[in-house]
Amino acid sequence: MKKVIMGNHALSYGAMLSRSQVIAAYPITPQTQVVELLSEMCADGTLEAKFIKVESEHSAMAACLGASLAGARAFTATSAQGLALMHEMLHWASGGRMPVVLGNINRAMAPGWSIWSDQNDSLSERDTGWIQFYCSSNQEVLDSVIQAFKVSEKLMIPSMIILDAFSLSHTYEVVEIPEQEKVDGYLPPFKPPFRLTTEEPHAFGGLTSPDHYMELRYKLQKDMEKVPALVDETGREYEKIFGRRLSQVDDYRCDDAELILVTSGTAGYTARVAVDELREKGIKAGNLRIRLFRPFPFEKVRQIVSSAPKVAVLDRNISYGHHGIFYQEVKSALYGQTAKPTVFGFIAGLGGRDITKDHFKEIVEYALSKDKAEEEIVWIGVKK
Amino acid sequence: MPKNKEVKKVIFNSEKEMPLAPMSIGNMLHNKTGAWRNIKPVIELSKCIKCGICWKFCPDASIDIIDDWPAINYDYCKGCGICAEECPEKCIEMVEEER
Repeated sequence: MKKVIMGNHALSYGAMLSRSQVIAAYPITPQTQVVELLSEMCADGTLEAKFIKVESEHSAMAACLGASLAGARAFTATSAQGLALMHEMLHWASGGRMPVVLGNINRAMAPGWSIWSDQNDSLSERDTGWIQFYCSSNQEVLDSVIQAFKVSEKLMIPSMIILDAFSLSHTYEVVEIPEQEKVDGYLPPFKPPFRLTTEEPHAFGGLTSPDHYMELRYKLQKDMEKVPALVDETGREYEKIFGRRLSQVDDYRCDDAELILVTSGTAGYTARVAVDELREKGIKAGNLRIRLFRPFPFEKVRQIVSSAPKVAVLDRNISYGHHGIFYQEVKSALYGQTAKPTVFGFIAGLGGRDITKDHFKEIVEYALSKDKAEEEIVWIGVKK
Repeated sequence: MPKNKEVKKVIFNSEKEMPLAPMSIGNMLHNKTGAWRNIKPVIELSKCIKCGICWKFCPDASIDIIDDWPAINYDYCKGCGICAEECPEKCIEMVEEER
């Protein structure tokens, strides 16, 4: 069945079709509609789940962790300041190996107070041990929730589904809502290898001495390293059932490109319009959209980007005192490799400023005119 | 004084033997937190009414009830004083720890 829905509701439908059993959330703009619809679904019986009202995002995640540990499939959603308040609990989720799925609407961090999009909220949680998927359409948002539960539960690592504020969260698009039976076939009920139960009592998250802490972290990293292949495997399986492939990255006209624009989130689709127009003018541009950001898809990025002489990375975020974060990551993926394209880093669209196709043309023009990256950061659209 | 349960200290020699999550790794019985204490609770049993409130409130499970009477396990009691505060008969006194 096709429906015209907003990105936030695509998250809700994804959580519903995944048969989430516990939803605990606190409302925050621009996330509100995600849990608004889920609470209605819980109230009218469309979704058989316990909806837990909480007093903060910290508690929302804590409630999800308790539920997950008890063996329930748990979902929540938040944004910006709310995600920051959850920070401590995010470490508990990954360190405790609880496969919660969280929808985060990318919103710029205050101050200045902002409700508009940029990625600094989710990227501030880069090192918490969560899998991160950056989406570029409402369909992908819905599909990603279902896939994320499958990947997360297989490896017992939590996942974050990330979408831009307003340009996705509040934008209505046609979305194919999969049939429940088909989703059930793809995503079986959650059967954790361990859980909180009176039949086999355990103390979870207790004092762990230097004798054992490091091994737990080693195991988490080793399982993280299995994610990229599992995303491809479960993405192909998804395609077989639903006709849409879900991959680590999404490349567009990259094969013969002399310059590849690396993007994430909705900027990817804007970049593709620019790529098509540039190609009409004889400039061989391409676009690589990074969907899976943590763990970083090293191999895929190397494979696609290495053939191009130049790469331009667009960041809607900044690591103050360093670079745009995707720029850092792409460069680190290429370091020490034989093929070394020249990589340029651009920052645009902070705090919800629009990223247009003209910005991409400006980026391409800049990158093609330089032999090396002369500036640490090339700012796009700053009123200097 | 209650008798401590004998627990063997477990050291895993390989990550492969370990659980995925930090569950029941190590045992708090090895962590004798009594050494942290600066003041210690002393129960005047002649005033005790055996209500069990100290046992219920102790955040570290360092009070046992033995034959109806409360007994503090000083190997683990950190000296927080919650038992003394909550005791309705005020029969628990926090006294300076002498070492």
